[in-house]
Amino acid sequence: MNPNYYIALAGILFTIGALGVLIRRNAIIVFMSVEMMLNAANLAFVAAARETGTLDGQVAAFFVMVVAAAEVVVGLAIIVTIFRSRRSASIDEPSLLKY
Amino acid sequence: MTAALIGLPLLGATLLLLGGRRTNTWGHFLAVAMSASSFFVGVALYIQMLGRSAEERAVGQHLFDWIAVGTFNVPFGLHLDQLSMCFVLLITGVGTLIHIYSIGYMEHDPNRRRFFAYLNLFVAAMLLLVLADNYLLLYVGWEGVGLASYLLISFWQHKPSAAVAGKKAFIVNRVGDVGLSLAVMLMFTTLGTVTFQGVADAAGQGPSLKITLIGFALLLAACGKSAQFPLQSWLLDAMEGPTPVSALIHAATMVTAGVYLIIRAHAIFDLSQDARTAVVVIGAITLLLGAFIGTAKDDIKKGLAGSTMSQIGYMILAAGLGPVGYVFAIFHLLTHGLFKAGLFLGAGSVMHGMHDDVNMRHYGALRTSMKITYATFGLGFLAIIGIPPFAGFWSKDEIISAAFGQNYLVGLATLIGAGVTAFYMTRMMAMTFFGESRWEDGVHPHESSTVMTAPMMILAVGSVFGGLLLKFVGDIEAWLEPVTGVAHPTHPISAAVLIPVTLLVVASGAGYAWTKYAQRPVPVVAPTDVSILTRAARADAYGDAINEAVFMRPGLHLTRALTWFDAKGIDGTIGGVSAAIGGLSARARRLQNGYTRSYALTMLGGAALIAFVLLLARL
Repeated sequence: MNPNYYIALAGILFTIGALGVLIRRNAIIVFMSVEMMLNAANLAFVAAARETGTLDGQVAAFFVMVVAAAEVVVGLAIIVTIFRSRRSASIDEPSLLKY
Repeated sequence: MTAALIGLPLLGATLLLLGGRRTNTWGHFLAVAMSASSFFVGVALYIQMLGRSAEERAVGQHLFDWIAVGTFNVPFGLHLDQLSMCFVLLITGVGTLIHIYSIGYMEHDPNRRRFFAYLNLFVAAMLLLVLADNYLLLYVGWEGVGLASYLLISFWQHKPSAAVAGKKAFIVNRVGDVGLSLAVMLMFTTLGTVTFQGVADAAGQGPSLKITLIGFALLLAACGKSAQFPLQSWLLDAMEGPTPVSALIHAATMVTAGVYLIIRAHAIFDLSQDARTAVVVIGAITLLLGAFIGTAKDDIKKGLAGSTMSQIGYMILAAGLGPVGYVFAIFHLLTHGLFKAGLFLGAGSVMHGMHDDVNMRHYGALRTSMKITYATFGLGFLAIIGIPPFAGFWSKDEIISAAFGQNYLVGLATLIGAGVTAFYMTRMMAMTFFGESRWEDGVHPHESSTVMTAPMMILAVGSVFGGLLLKFVGDIEAWLEPVTGVAHPTHPISAAVLIPVTLLVVASGAGYAWTKYAQRPVPVVAPTDVSILTRAARADAYGDAINEAVFMRPGLHLTRALTWFDAKGIDGTIGGVSAAIGGLSARARRLQNGYTRSYALTMLGGAALIAFVLLLARL
């Protein structure tokens, strides 16, 4: 299969994720969008590794997964804490940290 | 011993100022005692001095090294010579009499203790001025008497006029003080020393231009302290102070400090003909100006103040004549100190009896109800207009004679001054003690208490015999010769001609005033349809108006322009820059709006930009 298809799919997924981060208000959805962007990157890495026949991209994908797992732990904890105190998961409401 | 002269009144002032209210009951006695004991110390020193030969009479006392920086050495030393001795006896003697008088005059004043503390402070500062052995220490005394003068002029500071008069005296004196500080600095840079002896020794080697400049700076200082033209305007306003202050500070002692300064610095003036000429001109102008102002004043104290200006003009003029005049300047200073203090105390006594009214148009016919004041004031009057054998005759006649020896124009000025003096003093005498009574309702003139009349009587005795004693018993010319140098006077007009002419001028001045103010009724309200000259004299010869137009208004505009420039130019620039930065940062702050999505967008934009740049670089 043409590796360009994988790269194009990764670009589409990344764009959907980025739009989700920018547009959606629910913190969980935003979080999912971030995961989608990471996975789009993973897809690009793996496709590139397969194309070149080296393991560098595969290893990079593992690193991204580890970082994503760690990030999910911290991020979800923050979201749950905010939800507890504010009874809402909206990402616009906790906008207190400003000028 | 010499230090005790200054120390005693200084101790009195310190005790009274620090002692507070618990010294209220006996404070004035302490002040009198301190002043009197200083006088007795002075007399004792005088007797000691008489016992030595003329060359050994001057004694110095080195108290401690005051300033020692590199080559600049100023000792805190006192120097008591024949000239200082004259002043010591005048200051402590007249000062003590006025202290005693003040006990009665200030009897009902709630701040009497403070008044006596200031009087003692004045005496101490004035003694420091005349006893210092260098110009810098003299400057300390000079500023000390200025401070005491300021404090005492504005003693009744609840009156706005008195508070303003005090400030005016202080500020005008400051102009003169600049002259003295310039002179001291010039002495140090040119001659390398500021002691009297050092300056006198080194002056001969100094460049003549610098010596002349020092002379002019000293003259400026003398003009400020002695109320000479063009710094005369403060003295008339200084009459806002209590009358004993006017008698002691603004007639007998402090205002003559300028004369002392010029004679003390005679080594400078001996070398510079230009500086001497300037001194004579200033003296001649002031003696005529003061007499002119005195002719139109209805306020008895301001009339006497004009007279003081005029008489000090005589002294300054005599001091400018050089060695032939120094002795007579001091001679006139001493006799003037006696009779003018007496006249001022008499004026104070009249005011005391007239409910503090100073307007002579409300007086009249007081000779019957205030006999002692009338007699003492009358003797002072005869002394000041120069009727022989009263004190003023001997000293003033010598000055007129010496002035004719110098220059006929100068001599003529002194002669006219004598005539005008006779006019205004006779006018004062006639309006106060003769004619019809013009008392206001409810005023019952009465003689003052003995504590006030006794000093007046003593000063009246001084007015009668002071001149004779100084000339024939004290032999002032020989006494001062070691200090002022030997003089070779020239008398183009013999005394046999000059004395009758002078007396004739005096008699015509007095006679004219007598016909005008004693034989004709004096209007209670000052007439307004008067000549332009009278109007000028009433306005102090427009001295204040000229000061206002020449210095005050331009100064005000300059200050306003500078304030405007400071506010708009400098503050505007600094404030504008900070306001611009503040405004910008307030707008930049708005970028931090707290919305996660906006940060995410910024990150995305940044990442896209980096990717775009990388791609561009790849191409």
